[in-house]
Amino acid sequence: MAKEFIARGADLELKKIRKEFPGFTAIEELDLHVPAGEFFALLGPSGCGKTTTLRLVAGLESPTTGNIFIGGEDVTETKPHERPVNTVFQSYALFPHMNVLENVAFGLRQRKIDEPLVKAKEALNLVQLAHLADRKPQQLSGGQQQRVALARALVNRPSLLLLDEPLGALDLKLRREMQIELKAIQMEVGLTFLHVTHDQEEAMDMADTVAVMNKGRIEQMGAPEALYDRPKTVFVSKFLGQSNLLVGNVESTSANSISIEIAGNKISVPKARAEKHTGKIAIGFRPEKATFTSKKPTASSSTNIIGPGEIIDIRFTGVSNQYLIEVPGLGNLTVFAQNVGKSPVTELGEKVWISWSVEHSFGLSDLPSTGEVV
Amino acid sequence: MAFAAFSSSKPKGFSKPTKTGKVVIALLAPGLAYLGAFFLTPLFALIMVSLQAPDPMGGFGDYIPAFEINNYFVVVSEYLPQMLRSFGYALSATILALVISYPLAYFIGVKARPYPLLQKLMLTLVIAPFFISFLLRTLAWKQIFSNESWIVTTLQQIGLLESDQYVVGTPFMVIFGLTYNFIPFMTLPLYTSLERLDTRYLEAGADLYASPSRVFRKVTIPLSMPGIISGTLLTFIPIAGDYINASGDFLGSSSTAMIGNVIEANYLQINDYPAASALSVLLMGAILILVAGYVKKSGTEDLL
Repeated sequence: MAKEFIARGADLELKKIRKEFPGFTAIEELDLHVPAGEFFALLGPSGCGKTTTLRLVAGLESPTTGNIFIGGEDVTETKPHERPVNTVFQSYALFPHMNVLENVAFGLRQRKIDEPLVKAKEALNLVQLAHLADRKPQQLSGGQQQRVALARALVNRPSLLLLDEPLGALDLKLRREMQIELKAIQMEVGLTFLHVTHDQEEAMDMADTVAVMNKGRIEQMGAPEALYDRPKTVFVSKFLGQSNLLVGNVESTSANSISIEIAGNKISVPKARAEKHTGKIAIGFRPEKATFTSKKPTASSSTNIIGPGEIIDIRFTGVSNQYLIEVPGLGNLTVFAQNVGKSPVTELGEKVWISWSVEHSFGLSDLPSTGEVV
Repeated sequence: MAFAAFSSSKPKGFSKPTKTGKVVIALLAPGLAYLGAFFLTPLFALIMVSLQAPDPMGGFGDYIPAFEINNYFVVVSEYLPQMLRSFGYALSATILALVISYPLAYFIGVKARPYPLLQKLMLTLVIAPFFISFLLRTLAWKQIFSNESWIVTTLQQIGLLESDQYVVGTPFMVIFGLTYNFIPFMTLPLYTSLERLDTRYLEAGADLYASPSRVFRKVTIPLSMPGIISGTLLTFIPIAGDYINASGDFLGSSSTAMIGNVIEANYLQINDYPAASALSVLLMGAILILVAGYVKKSGTEDLL
């Protein structure tokens, strides 16, 4: 089944996948299409079903219902060893009884590919570990093991490479290095990567497309920029970066925008950026898109203004200051100000007005659970 | 670097750990004394007896100290078939025990992992036979396969055995008994090894295009090698010297006599102490050589 070396990746399609385990449902219903050659990230908190999805694609679990297609071929019923898929496991799972080179050559040997050791050596060169070929995996550091696991998967030129939080066990610096390296390798080999992670920065940094998973469902899918710019649900707005959410009833509607009334402030969002246009809705904005001033800015139809509020906390993070502003009747809102040396107000207890462009607002399809306004 | 800092100001009174200090000798002394008293002394005595010659003045069973190296050649020429038979039976029974125990241990150690209660119950069942004397259990098998038993009569009726053929006293019966009696010694080390087997390696193998049978050969077996080696040693060594199963009083007959039976007969019945001792020394030497070769070949030191 696993064919000769495939030059390019294949696309992956999951149709109406449902996976139940005794006692709980890991995946409610999942439809997913990953185009060939794409770096696709499944992002979600632990227990959201993302690793289960990966195991379904690898064939290590079988779906309760639904079908899996790789390169247009239905592989739902095929065994793991018959699928043109390789996995970089979270634990790496390098065989402890083989040296690094034999580990990398394992898949080639199983498929009776010519010159397995030569090709394995090339793969080790790709991850810059050729000099450690004779070592046992347990003699390597975590980062080196991770690279071996990557080489062991890549050497088979799978149609689809699955990465199960492969960088989770590495320290921050090494993780950033490996992210860059992994992305570079993906560009070089042109395979389809399906990357599972709970690290939103990692997903946004590396992936062409990110699917945010929650409670066994995909909440939203798209390019990282699009997801960040216009989250559609409360979960996505919080999981991918930070958001301020304001909840109120739609009071007025114009040709292009809708507005809610909240604590005496009128907050607008363009219709095209709102999921719901009537009733009680949540409008959000990103902390770095807002600014604050000590005088109330002049009202304009293109600007949302909230205030006055009081600065109750300032956190210095290096590149920016993070201000926590308490607005009576609204709760606490966060505003980031770039650290360019001329912060408008820097004193605790100052009275300020927060403003941001209507264009930067987004309307969500659901509401935050009660009392959750950040 | 931190170590270098320490080494430059090494506190006095600390000797290098590679040198044997007084404390080490004190700690080793009881063990060495035990080995000296209960292993080396009898071994030395055994070798001395094996070289004794018959007392020309004495009667039957009287021997005098001598250096009769010829004893060894005599016993080898006389009992070579029994020696070879011992190792043949031991090898067969060990392989049978391995073939039976491995799936059992795999089931208990890997498949039954989600059910700890079942796991413990099955382990108890593996050990349970130890609660009854193995002499009794072996005799029970003799009873079950006795000439008048329904098993044997049925086998004769359906033609698998001739009407004058029986089961007790045959090599089959002896190997069966040996396998049966030593299976727990195989199962337990295998279980300990398989119980720790990380099934993620098996998934990785399947992910890398290995069929289930190849995963078993290339991943499961190598990873459980420590258990296989200790299990085979724990069965092979005692089986090679066993004299109960092959004895005519139990499952065997004169035609199935193993080296243990020959030693027993020489020592207890015909009072040929030098021959019995020489055979014991030879058995020990042969097992040592076989085991050393086996361990070296399977490369235990290289495992994990």
